[in-house]
Amino acid sequence: MAGIPHDHYEPKTGAEKWVNSRLGIIGLIYDTMMIPTPKNLNWMWIWGIILAFCLGLQIVTGIILVMHYTPHVDLAFASIEHIMRNVNGGHFLRYLHMNGASLFFLAVYLHIFRGLYYGSYKAPREITWIIGMLIYLLMMGTAFMGYVLPWGQMSFWGATVITGLFGAIPVIGEPIQTWLLGGPAVDNATLNRFFSLHYLLPFIIAGLTIVHIWAFHTTGNNNPTGVDVRRENKEVAKKDTLPFWPYFVIKDFFALALILVVFFAVTAWMPNYLGHPDNYIEANPLVTPAHIVPEWYFLPFYAILRAFTADVWIVMFADWITFGIVDAKFFGVIAMFGAIIVLALVPWLDTSRVRSGRFRPMFRWWFAIFVVNFVVLTWVGAMPAEGIYPYIALAGATYWFAYFLVILPLLGIIEKPEELPETIEADFNAHYGKSKDDAAATPAE
Amino acid sequence: MSHAEDHDGTRRDFLYYATAGAGAVATGAAVWPLINQMNPSADVQALSSILVDISSIEVGTQITVKWRGKPVFVRRRSTEEIEDARSVDLSALSDTMSRNVNKEGTDASDQNRSLDEAGEWLVMMGVCTHLGCVPLNDAGDYVGPTGIGGWFCPCHGSHYDTSGRIRKGPAPENLPVPTAAFFDETTIQLG
Repeated sequence: MAGIPHDHYEPKTGAEKWVNSRLGIIGLIYDTMMIPTPKNLNWMWIWGIILAFCLGLQIVTGIILVMHYTPHVDLAFASIEHIMRNVNGGHFLRYLHMNGASLFFLAVYLHIFRGLYYGSYKAPREITWIIGMLIYLLMMGTAFMGYVLPWGQMSFWGATVITGLFGAIPVIGEPIQTWLLGGPAVDNATLNRFFSLHYLLPFIIAGLTIVHIWAFHTTGNNNPTGVDVRRENKEVAKKDTLPFWPYFVIKDFFALALILVVFFAVTAWMPNYLGHPDNYIEANPLVTPAHIVPEWYFLPFYAILRAFTADVWIVMFADWITFGIVDAKFFGVIAMFGAIIVLALVPWLDTSRVRSGRFRPMFRWWFAIFVVNFVVLTWVGAMPAEGIYPYIALAGATYWFAYFLVILPLLGIIEKPEELPETIEADFNAHYGKSKDDAAATPAE
Repeated sequence: MSHAEDHDGTRRDFLYYATAGAGAVATGAAVWPLINQMNPSADVQALSSILVDISSIEVGTQITVKWRGKPVFVRRRSTEEIEDARSVDLSALSDTMSRNVNKEGTDASDQNRSLDEAGEWLVMMGVCTHLGCVPLNDAGDYVGPTGIGGWFCPCHGSHYDTSGRIRKGPAPENLPVPTAAFFDETTIQLG
């Protein structure tokens, strides 16, 4: 698939020519910034910039926090309090880092759901999707290890529970868990390696982000219609697109400004709203908090982990057919990682050739239920594993798998899609009137 | 020249395979220490053995001691608790093994789990076999045959009876009994 034809960089001044004949960096930046972008992109296409901002925010605030933090079980908790009370502006930098993680995950979920609704994962954008999923996995690993560093009660017990997941693997599980922890339990060795990796992984995410952008610059952006940009020649392509700079950069930054108003309000006035009070108690290996809950962005998968208890028939069946190798504990772990694997495999599970959910009448409903289900899983993951909650979690987990493994493959066969617009230009004009050359300055709505 | 070409070819092949082979071995040799460094270090591995003074534990109470980074429950059980633990029908248990390293392979009867024959002392790891939380004493809604509960894990709701055996919830096994023995009348040795 060739890129969308557009004007490439031509060095004009002497200095530009001097640099360009030695290193093609100006041209690389120019072509990246001027990429033809479908002009019908809606507000759900802003999250990429928000995510890039979040990564930058986390790296900058993180590097600064490390200047004042001590990774040792006896000193870590005190060094966090030192940041909060003594370091100039330290409390706000830490609150930015804490809440920055939440904004990061909020944006990534909206970005992923955007892709799921508009079929951005479909051919030819499978590699963009897979790289995105790798980034998401690394984000989860980074966030989890970062949460351990303050060495509070939730840090310690969260680390114990999550590393315990690896211990659930038959035979090799316990050696792997010991290897990950560097001892029989979460201790100083664990804290130190988590600190090392928490510092490293964001830079790997940054590298993968470049590959992610490279991949969709090769295929071109998807858009709300899912219809391809016409690319016979530059003139035709220009009817469907506008250059990324300045049109989409300004739009994205406008959205970023609005989001940051809310973000800074939360960070300033309710900085601990999304946190847990227990994490302001220093880690104690002898006392478990009454109710261990991960950070909100892990809750849907935490709910899936806990949903499959030994009294669920599919768990009993798995236990029986594998002669007890797959018990309830291991089944829960498989389900949790499986939930992310099916999400990553969606380009090959969705059989419909129509990309955008806008033209898929049945898909729209199943997708709406999927979104509601995700919210329900988030909520039920925060509830204690008693009473009605495990049943809700089980129903939610079942729908998650049914959506990817049954509904999406079947819909492509039984659904009759609505008629697609001929071109992106036609869709754009239908919404906003003719282009500015032959229409009034105000968009006709 | 034709001979020289053949000669060149075999020498090039040899160098190719020799380099590739050496590279593979060197990479493996270089990677292993990088992986192995994450295993427990010598100070962590040094099997510590500790003595626990039990002289001040009242009947019906327990202490929690830290051993190898994990909590160990040492409970002096009341006669009601012993009776409850020993009146359980073994076929009602979901894990039928004693999980006692001092008595490998025995069944889960309370006699195989308690430290002494009379069953007054119960020593076990305070680590839930589900995902490693510390169970709480006297909590949760499970009760044994005589109406007394044991331990309850707050993380995912596993319930253990007065002998530390799993009775309800997601945990797969009974709370394990560590290497333990009476050092003298008022001291227990762990490890």
